[in-house]
Amino acid sequence: MNNLISMRDLSKEDIMRLMDIAAKIEKGEIVPNMQRKLAALLFFEPSTRTMFSFDTAMKRMNGDTIIMSGTQNTSAKKGETFADTLQTIAQYSDIIIMRSPIEGAARYAAEVVDIPVVNAGDGANQHPTQALLDMYSIIKTQGKLDNLKIGLAGDLRFGRTVHSLAQAMAVFGAQFKFISPSFLQMPEYIKDDLTEQNIKFEELKEMEGNIDDLDILYVTRIQKERFADPEDYEKVKGSYVLNKAMLENAKENFKVLHPLPRVDEIHTDVDDTEYAYYFPQAKNGVYTRQAIISILLGEV
Amino acid sequence: MNQVKTIKVNAIKNGTVIDHIAAGKILKVIDILNLTGDNSVMVGMNLASNKIGKKDIIKIENRELSKQEVNSIAIIAPSATLIIIKDFEVVNKSQLEIPEYIEEHIICPNPKCITNSENISSKYYINNSKTASARCLYCEKKYLVEDLKIKI
Repeated sequence: MNNLISMRDLSKEDIMRLMDIAAKIEKGEIVPNMQRKLAALLFFEPSTRTMFSFDTAMKRMNGDTIIMSGTQNTSAKKGETFADTLQTIAQYSDIIIMRSPIEGAARYAAEVVDIPVVNAGDGANQHPTQALLDMYSIIKTQGKLDNLKIGLAGDLRFGRTVHSLAQAMAVFGAQFKFISPSFLQMPEYIKDDLTEQNIKFEELKEMEGNIDDLDILYVTRIQKERFADPEDYEKVKGSYVLNKAMLENAKENFKVLHPLPRVDEIHTDVDDTEYAYYFPQAKNGVYTRQAIISILLGEV
Repeated sequence: MNQVKTIKVNAIKNGTVIDHIAAGKILKVIDILNLTGDNSVMVGMNLASNKIGKKDIIKIENRELSKQEVNSIAIIAPSATLIIIKDFEVVNKSQLEIPEYIEEHIICPNPKCITNSENISSKYYINNSKTASARCLYCEKKYLVEDLKIKI
């Protein structure tokens, strides 16, 4: 593995190796040393969580970071090409971790520079490090990745997180329930991929009544701005808010995941249940990203 | 009754003929071939064809096509036949095939794709198994081959 651009590039073996290294880092069995290693965090699109998570991962390994956030301070404003910006940054750093609103930007970056590139989100396309930390959370709570029943709820159309996760879990024979308003359904190209792999999925309109047979419910936020008429949002939003009462008959091993930030799609009364796992999930992100950086820099 | 055959497009001595282009697609083929040189070019449009009903045809004197050009033409005219002529003789005749991979000449229909904001060629992997679909290497979106736009 030279770069991490898309879940589509990873084999089952790559994923399992990464899970194993993340677990060893968490347990302290592996202590990667990134002293004198510098990660360039290029965030051409706003992010706090993902950026902090990478920053933390690097610093926990005694490494350091340089951070560019937004396009305000870049040479792009002076007319420099994207390729030149990347090549310059690559002279200063050992690894580039980038987020961009432009789809395919990380793939292109990996072609341009000769240091490893990690895709921290490219438009509505991929967010592979989020998918991997989600998978690490799944393996920790379920003891396995194979043959699980997973509900994905919320904005499935624009949410790159759910796209990457669906593709990745399909490799492990997952069955899916896609729960969303009709105009925020999972895109056809993702559903085509799943059909080609004989993966079963159902498309549903509400959470209630569709939770009891799930191992994992992955909730994402529905942005009000996606609705042309705010009244339409008010009409459907109740169908996509998870509360404690809905979890009465949940399976013992059931867990609720969320990429965060949460707004109101998971009621706070769920937080104290044994099913809530979204905050530990965020912590798992640091171990997973430590593993990714360590593998790409050849330190493990 | 004897059928009267008329040659509507003159023969060429050396060069390339692309026959059985679906009627109406010839202008796109001409765009791909960037025919601005000195070669003589003959074009027939809307001719009757036993094979595809109505066809277009183009004959280009003293010109061989690159693999890239042939691939691009295959995308917009998969029914076409490529004929190489030497000394008025057909030396090679082949049915075009949609390639597995194509670079250049294609505009990714996704406006958010990096190939539409940076000066780089889009690259497509084409799955020809059922309906021909193409996946952009960069934005990973999938399109039907017939929906791809050709870069002029």
